[in-house]
Amino acid sequence: MRLPCPYCGSRDLSEFTYLGDAKLKRPNPDGENAAAEFFDYAYLRDNPAGPHKEFWYHAQGCRSWLTVERDTRTHEILSAVLSSGAKA
Amino acid sequence: MRYSLFSLARNALTGHRDWQPAWRDAEPKASYDIVVIGGGHGLATAYYLAEKYGLSNIAVLEKGYIGSGNIGRNTTIVRSNYLLPGNIPFYELSMKLWEGLEQDLNYNVMVSQRGVLNVFHSDAQRDAYARRGNAMRLHGVDAELLDREGVKKLYPFLNFDNARFPIQGGLLQPRGGTVRHDAVAWGYARAASDRGVDICQNCEVTGFRIENGQAVGVETNKGFIGAKKVAVSVAGNSSRVMGMAGLRLPIEAHVIQAMVTEGLKPIIPGVITFGAGHFYISQSDKGGLVFGGDLDGYNSYAQRGNLPVIEDVCEGGMALMPSIGRARVLRHWGGLLDMSMDGSPIIDKTPVGGIFLNCGWNYGGFKATPASGLCFAHLVATGEPHPVATAFRLDRFATGNLIDEKGQGAQPNLH
Repeated sequence: MRLPCPYCGSRDLSEFTYLGDAKLKRPNPDGENAAAEFFDYAYLRDNPAGPHKEFWYHAQGCRSWLTVERDTRTHEILSAVLSSGAKA
Repeated sequence: MRYSLFSLARNALTGHRDWQPAWRDAEPKASYDIVVIGGGHGLATAYYLAEKYGLSNIAVLEKGYIGSGNIGRNTTIVRSNYLLPGNIPFYELSMKLWEGLEQDLNYNVMVSQRGVLNVFHSDAQRDAYARRGNAMRLHGVDAELLDREGVKKLYPFLNFDNARFPIQGGLLQPRGGTVRHDAVAWGYARAASDRGVDICQNCEVTGFRIENGQAVGVETNKGFIGAKKVAVSVAGNSSRVMGMAGLRLPIEAHVIQAMVTEGLKPIIPGVITFGAGHFYISQSDKGGLVFGGDLDGYNSYAQRGNLPVIEDVCEGGMALMPSIGRARVLRHWGGLLDMSMDGSPIIDKTPVGGIFLNCGWNYGGFKATPASGLCFAHLVATGEPHPVATAFRLDRFATGNLIDEKGQGAQPNLH
């Protein structure tokens, strides 16, 4: 699998580190249901079979965080943008 | 028909043309008391429901054919060398069931207790393995801590002088070993079928029918099947299936790859794992070296992996035993895992009435098959968790009772 880094171009998978689901939103720790929301945030996952938005870190390249949309059934990359400024 | 020396002799005389299919290929009926989804652990579950709990009117639904899923995509290793109190009794029960499985099923599943050795390379690792061995012995499980000479006597061909990871010793579980994975599926299918269980192949569940918070059946590609109880054991696809019942799980689907070489003469008597990287190897009875290592590390339903992990696994193999460097890899494949957030399984009721869940099998899936089936059958039949599976709660993440065997916390891509 290769990932299209917006800075560096198409690069080998081994240059990247995976973080996981990019759609998770850190809850407000002062919120009313903070405990339940943090359980949800830390542990529960949608885990779709199909397009999945996820974080990849280009550690061996430009050291940017990328938000990549990838089909988990085929490893096809649908889009890759810089995470800074990107809307998750 | 029971397999015996007599039946073998009789069929030999007729040229082996009269063997019957091992199990009935059933079409689903309109309704059952219990519908089990998944033809892996599900077959074991159905067998124990019939055998131990005296239930009948059960169907096992498998979306492919028996043996096409994860039961045929593992590396056939069985062991019970665990550390935590929530795990050891469960995996030891599984080990004991393996030891008697051929007699129980009247089927040769090729249980081979050739020993599982975990190699260590540093003082810290020795301490960790000594602790693990002590924990095992306190639970009545066999464990031996070998020093460098002990390992050398057992496996003289290992690379003891590796500059970076010199082998200092190993933790041996002599009762661990391998079991032929396909035979396990066929044996359980045959034994369950003989006890009246309908095994429906190519029958994919497409939804649940839930009325007033109570499951009344499942929708499938072969139509609606009514059920008083639905037992879900579809590891790899648990998120997708339980999503149809409106549940989100503490699970990510990951792929783990395994490889097998061309057939060689016997060179590796037991199972060896490399403690410095992540690599484990055994030799199949056909002669192929079967080995694997880490997961690919990102969500995947592809049932195939990527080359960087293969390279990493092979490097681990070369560091441990350079003698295998000329062996050619014939095949490699990927199996799907339910990577749960603490690396341990879940066997529990769900918030939906009548739906029971058996999932979260990652590195422990194959070796757990008998105990998983027995404990899940106990839960489905009685409504209460089996005594050795009480820790495998669905809500343990919310209550803080994680079973974090690897000590890596909520990082499914690291386990």
